[in-house]
Amino acid sequence: MARNVTTRHKISATVAAWIVALIIFFPILYTIITSIKTEPEAIAGFSLWPSGTFENYITVQTQRDYLKPFMNSVILSVGSTILALIIAIPSAWAMAFSPTKRTKDILMWMLSTKMMPAVAVLVPIYLLFRDFGLLDSRIGLTVMLTLINLPIVVWMLYTYFREIPGEILEAARMDGAGLWQEIVYVLTPMAVPGIASTLLLNIILAWNESFWTIRLSTTNAAPLTAFIASFSSPQGLFWAKLSAASTMAIAPILILGWFSQKQLVRGLTFGAVK
Amino acid sequence: MATQNTKTLARLMMAPSVLLLLVWMIVPLAMTLWFSFQNYNLLDPSNVSFTGLFNYQFFYTDPAFFQSIWNTLVIVGGVLLITVIGGIAIALLLDQPIFGQGIVRILIISPFFVMPPVAALVWKNMIMNPSYGVFADISKFFGLRPIDWFAQYPLFSIVIIVAWQWLPFATLILLTALQSLDGEQKEAAEMDGANFLNRFIYLVVPHLARSITVVILIQTIFLLGVYAEILVTTNGGPGYASTNLAFLIYRTALLGYDVGGASAGGIIAVVLANIVAFFLMRAVGKNLDR
Repeated sequence: MARNVTTRHKISATVAAWIVALIIFFPILYTIITSIKTEPEAIAGFSLWPSGTFENYITVQTQRDYLKPFMNSVILSVGSTILALIIAIPSAWAMAFSPTKRTKDILMWMLSTKMMPAVAVLVPIYLLFRDFGLLDSRIGLTVMLTLINLPIVVWMLYTYFREIPGEILEAARMDGAGLWQEIVYVLTPMAVPGIASTLLLNIILAWNESFWTIRLSTTNAAPLTAFIASFSSPQGLFWAKLSAASTMAIAPILILGWFSQKQLVRGLTFGAVK
Repeated sequence: MATQNTKTLARLMMAPSVLLLLVWMIVPLAMTLWFSFQNYNLLDPSNVSFTGLFNYQFFYTDPAFFQSIWNTLVIVGGVLLITVIGGIAIALLLDQPIFGQGIVRILIISPFFVMPPVAALVWKNMIMNPSYGVFADISKFFGLRPIDWFAQYPLFSIVIIVAWQWLPFATLILLTALQSLDGEQKEAAEMDGANFLNRFIYLVVPHLARSITVVILIQTIFLLGVYAEILVTTNGGPGYASTNLAFLIYRTALLGYDVGGASAGGIIAVVLANIVAFFLMRAVGKNLDR
């Protein structure tokens, strides 16, 4: 009897969960389906059965040079993430392994820089970029993305490094390991998973950043966010192509995201929820 | 073991990130503050003069300002309402034993990874378009007249899109918190005859309280600055019907070329964000002490 109730319970929960999941996922699914429809099919009313053409993907590349914004997105997100890691790893390391009375204050202050509304500094940043010739440059945007994500990177690394037990260091020292050996043979292997998760989450955040990337770029440095936003004018006739461009823009990050669900919670709540 | 040497080393290691963030925080903000007291128009850059509080007065007396503040509150409040309630409900559902849990989780989390311009355009064109969208198809199926979402309910439409993007975030965090709830406690409550509602009110809600706070605060920080979704759907219109404070500042700065006015608006946005930040910092800070 008990088992019977449990099975029935499980089946009804499963049905409910799948319905909710499919509704939430529907806009993405429909975008993918529309991307392999022809343009007349795309506006011909609701249909989940596309004719399965890949022409839209080819057209987006030949007419709009899709590869360029795609490569910009890759360069900006990977570049800014690596730059942020290079700057943040030593800080997080120092804060986790030689904490002082002020460590907590510094961390909180770093977090507070993240609270500054981007739009509040739009004018000065725009003017500075203009005066230094950084508008629409990959270098300028990489620096920008590095700065806005740096606090999250430091925080995430700190919460990971903090979990590395100090006793291991002591044990290594007792065995006669020098500082360098300590770092290379003991700490680095333990820190790699934390660094990898931070890398992953930061690439996702940088890839999807849609304020500075849209405002500070026009054509040369424009990543996918700006590229897609440029399709905003009401032209109902190219939905299939827009869907193809959208699918390609979200696919890589969707897959990365699926692998980083757990780190996402931790990273975005600054370690407050694990 | 913390010798003077390691302390110096630690300071050196922290210096780059601290200095960078210090410059990043102080320079643009000081410039914004400075510009906010200037009469400075990009179309007439040679004619810059000190105007005291005129920009604030100008911004404050502009009817668009109050509408934008109201719209900002509606977006933040509306999205929070949908995502927190929806997030709790879905998290409770996913916490049950179900077939295909992994795939369901992946499907539900996905919208969070969709970049804002894509999310907004997909909803605008394929879901909410009054002639060809899925909603229109559904209306027609039931013999109703399709709704022109962005003309009739511009703000509500934006709330729906943004809520769709943030619902996964709330769900994932609340689910993570839910899964850390002690199974024995739940069983004990069940044995004592507590029904679902009682267990929910006396066991689950108190356990989730902190995570709900974190979800609300973090989302608020991001929701105060909703921008791309407005840009690609309504462009703030019709009129100012879907212009939030962030969008109004952008309009003033880069479409109106009014550096002084936009800066005054920027300072107001900073003050608003700081009020929220104050509470968030306390919530996160508490966690550090544990």
